[in-house]
Amino acid sequence: MHEMSLAGGILKLVDDAAARDPFARVQRLHLQAGALAGVEVRALRFALEAMAPGTRLEGAEIVIDEPPGQAWCLRCGQTVAIASRSDDCPQCGSHQLQPTGGTELKVVDLMVID
Amino acid sequence: MCVVCGCSGAAAAEAPKGVVVDARTGDLHFGAGAARVSVPGMSAARAIQLEADVLGANNRIAAANRAHFQAHGVRAYNLVSSPGSGKTTLLCATIEALRRRAPGLPLAVIEGDQQTSHDADRIRATGAPAIQVNTGKGCHLDAPMVAEAFARLPIHGHAHAQGHDHHGHHDHGPAQDPGALLFIENVGNLVCPAMWDLGEAAKVAILSVTEGEDKPLKYPDLFAAARLMVIHKTDLLPHVDFDVARCIAYAQRVNPGIEVLLLSSRSGVGMDAWLDWLLQPAA
Repeated sequence: MHEMSLAGGILKLVDDAAARDPFARVQRLHLQAGALAGVEVRALRFALEAMAPGTRLEGAEIVIDEPPGQAWCLRCGQTVAIASRSDDCPQCGSHQLQPTGGTELKVVDLMVID
Repeated sequence: MCVVCGCSGAAAAEAPKGVVVDARTGDLHFGAGAARVSVPGMSAARAIQLEADVLGANNRIAAANRAHFQAHGVRAYNLVSSPGSGKTTLLCATIEALRRRAPGLPLAVIEGDQQTSHDADRIRATGAPAIQVNTGKGCHLDAPMVAEAFARLPIHGHAHAQGHDHHGHHDHGPAQDPGALLFIENVGNLVCPAMWDLGEAAKVAILSVTEGEDKPLKYPDLFAAARLMVIHKTDLLPHVDFDVARCIAYAQRVNPGIEVLLLSSRSGVGMDAWLDWLLQPAA
């Protein structure tokens, strides 16, 4: 359940943003959790909702984009779509894949209320 | 007066909050605020662009750890596995073997568990300095925990690991040591430790033959993050249905560049190759 730690990291980013540019609370939290980021999105949402009361995230709408996994196939010489790091190339079956997309885990932006 | 709404008809109506009025032409610019968009009923809200990595704070401290290790000539390995793979047994055997191979090499261990100091006690019994980090409910070590623990280790000195209390107070001088090894034994968990950089030179995944050979497929993130997979407890291979070749193929499927070693801490088979790997010159 490392999603609890990640939720704490997200709350810290929100508080840091409020320290730089004060606001009262977050109306909408916009995250990106790629398919290869090692994050269970449902667990992350649960952790954020559990942590929110009493913080600037209380009552916030949580939007989580899930960019698909992408990898560079050495054999095909092109970018292919994968759902997990254990997937083979959907075109040639090779394991020689280097993930290139869907590994990000970040806070994109906040809609805040002063 | 306007017959429809009763307004004065004058042009200088006050603009609503969040709307910018061009003083010359009277043009209205909605969405000129930070949000770049106007949403009815949401005029008080504004957007803050962050584009911030959720693990950014950890990664900054991990980078500082890495620089700190380097300044002390310390090479750190982050040992990750499920509970019961034999990490602590492997470390105790490794410390004994290193003492014979490289007697002057300073060693230290950071032990991560949720509770108890059992593992640090086992390491200390070999004479090597160890710091136990109990994470409480935490499922992994993070970079700040390792920074705290490293600051409490005498690894910058000449830790001969003879079991005496001779580490004393050493100055944090420049890195003139030939080198030192720091083993970070992560919390037994094949999921969460994959994501947290601690400042290590490499993650080492340990998989014992009493587990399934398909663990690399079941927990791909961790094996993808590791530079080396140690297949451990190989002395038990005659007694279990563990397909070594298949296990290696699975690991290479999630991480084509992963290196593999077979090792038994109990019999010592494979220990020399493991020490070679640990002591290899930095790439």
